Amino acid sequence: MAEFKEISPDAPMAQKALNWVDNRFPLSKLYNEHLGEYYAPKNFNFWYFFGSLALLVLVIQIVTGIFLVMHYKPDAALAFASVEYIMRDVPWGWLIRYMHSTGASAFFVVVYLHMYRGLIYGSYRKPRELVWVFGCAIFLVLMAEAFMGYLLPWGQMSYWGAQVIVNLFSAIPFIGPDLALLIRGDFVVGDATLNRFFAFHVIAVPLVLLGLVVAHIIALHEVGSNNPDGVEIKGPNAPKDANGKPLDGIPFHPYYSVHDILGVTGFLLVFSAIVFFAPELGGYFLEFNNFIPADPLVTPLHIAPVWYFTPFYSMLRAITTEMMFALVAIVLGAAVLAAAKLQLTKALKVAVLGGAVVLVALMLAIDAKFWGVVAMGGAVIILFFLPWLDYSPVRSIRYRPNWNKWLYGIFVINFLILGYLGVLPPSPIGERVSQVGTLFYFGFFLLMPWWSRIGEFKPVPDRVTFKPH
Amino acid sequence: MNSSLCPTASPSSPTDPSQQKVKNMKKILLGFALALGLTGAMAAGSNFPMDKAPKRTNDMAALQNGAKLFVNYCLNCHSAAFMRYNRLRDIGLTDKQIAENLTFATDKIGDTMKASIDPRQAKEWFGVNPPDLTLVARSRAAAGSHTGPDYLYTFLRTYYRDETKPTGWNNLAFPNVGMPNPLWELQGERKPVMEKVMSHGKEVQVLKGWEVSKPGTLSANAYDQNVGDLVAYLQWMAEPAQNTRVRIGVWVMLFLAAFMVVAWRLNASFWKDVK
Repeated sequence: MAEFKEISPDAPMAQKALNWVDNRFPLSKLYNEHLGEYYAPKNFNFWYFFGSLALLVLVIQIVTGIFLVMHYKPDAALAFASVEYIMRDVPWGWLIRYMHSTGASAFFVVVYLHMYRGLIYGSYRKPRELVWVFGCAIFLVLMAEAFMGYLLPWGQMSYWGAQVIVNLFSAIPFIGPDLALLIRGDFVVGDATLNRFFAFHVIAVPLVLLGLVVAHIIALHEVGSNNPDGVEIKGPNAPKDANGKPLDGIPFHPYYSVHDILGVTGFLLVFSAIVFFAPELGGYFLEFNNFIPADPLVTPLHIAPVWYFTPFYSMLRAITTEMMFALVAIVLGAAVLAAAKLQLTKALKVAVLGGAVVLVALMLAIDAKFWGVVAMGGAVIILFFLPWLDYSPVRSIRYRPNWNKWLYGIFVINFLILGYLGVLPPSPIGERVSQVGTLFYFGFFLLMPWWSRIGEFKPVPDRVTFKPH
Repeated sequence: MNSSLCPTASPSSPTDPSQQKVKNMKKILLGFALALGLTGAMAAGSNFPMDKAPKRTNDMAALQNGAKLFVNYCLNCHSAAFMRYNRLRDIGLTDKQIAENLTFATDKIGDTMKASIDPRQAKEWFGVNPPDLTLVARSRAAAGSHTGPDYLYTFLRTYYRDETKPTGWNNLAFPNVGMPNPLWELQGERKPVMEKVMSHGKEVQVLKGWEVSKPGTLSANAYDQNVGDLVAYLQWMAEPAQNTRVRIGVWVMLFLAAFMVVAWRLNASFWKDVK
């Protein structure tokens, strides 16, 4: 326990009150550690807005969500009508609902950009591995949150999207069909599914999400923020002033709080433009088919997930029986290459080759649909391992070989193409492109231990590069 | 009513019939023959090129005319089960006008618009239950191709007589539609004149024009104008808050743009001591 602090009886009332609280709760300590004396690098650029924006969108979603739940009915017979009731009869209901539906997409926009920032500046590198891992967990949980929330309006796309995705679980060998049944609570998506998705969407998943966000921020404030130069500002060798404060750091408050107000305003300009002038955003934020009530007897011609899932959905669709042969060849080739080139003990070499043979046998024995699910899930899970895949001697892209910029650029374009293909109905050309895209996506990460060491690295400066405004 | 407030109010701007014909001729009806062969429950699958619906959701006179047409021609079979009669106040009608002119005898002003047809009979007559129309202007859009109103505006203007169908009617935008032309009295009876042309190395049917076999009570232009009003009403009904939304949105954007300047200067004044 901290020392009990006495304060002069002549001190102002506010100071006395704060002292009283501080003796019982670490209020000043928390404020200083996370805001007033949290030193962040002074060279943050545009990319560093998206962390605080993600927090803003989380708050928007929670607050609007609370008001939606006041009027929404989680009942298959009433859900669709209750959403229209919110849109028509609840005062300002349309605004709350559009903020929530736009907020869902906005969440993914800012989170994708936030993650990409981490990727290019090496924010996941030691000692920030757990910041990254918690962040990936947030992304995964956010996907679950969005998926379950999307069922609630009980439109055609809600219904059939859920049907398609839950059915994927039935592709898992042995436990699959029972698992799908457990998720649905019925043999088809129905009232039971709606009720449990509602419970998860409004209570269970948000609780997990909040816990992870707190862990993400605590971990970040423990190790300190990275920056576009990837230079440590708080390390033992980093330049410090007479008080031991980092010379390249500035207190989060007021410098980054006013900075983030600027970012928030810019974000709200875009967000409001969508909410007020294009809440459907051409069918990408609110799908047109979802204005038709769910009908278990009428399957829509084309079922597409919402845009933020489509890159992963593309990877799922890319894994066809034909693709499996290519993957088998890749697995065998990789195992032979590893056994021949890597400095492994004989036992390990045998284990690698034996493991590859077992994996190939499984790949041929189990339906491609299952491996599609594995690819879709693996595309998210692989992100968790990024800190241990990157062997580059520097953190930031600024000091990596120039061709890395092209590689990261292609990674983005590839991800966007996969996302675009996931919106479209399947086509032979789209299938080929998405197969190449899937291989590139996984190759980018799995081959990172190899390519991240190659090339000419630039000297990393001792101090961050900063031009006073 | 209120037309002075609404610059788009004039339901005139009559299109010259010959111009209309040229426009129709220009339209390429891709795969018309193919479309006829489909047992289409989903009109969204049709490749028929859609006309642009006129934008009239701020035009009170057009919306009121559209509401009248909707109640007279659609509401007998189709419900608008999420739409309350008294919401029609938003398009400039009084409760008295709504009660006297637009509700059925048994309806209360706070009721939603329910069709009088018996669903079981409807199913027997048309093969399907006539769908609810509250949101039809939103659900009938196709991403990257046309808006819901565009579809409805085209659909309601492309009915033609087809004796091979049980109802005697067919539609270019919705082949093998279950609903006979609800506006046939107004439009009359027509048949499309098709022409075979080569397109991308394939022979396709193209709509050349219309052959009127029995004129309706409205001229072609007046009919288009009325359908435009009806579609505007459907569009408004699908989201009655839409005009409010845009109006408020302008103020929100102006506020945020002004606040952006404040935030920018605030940020600059704090950051000037960061060296």
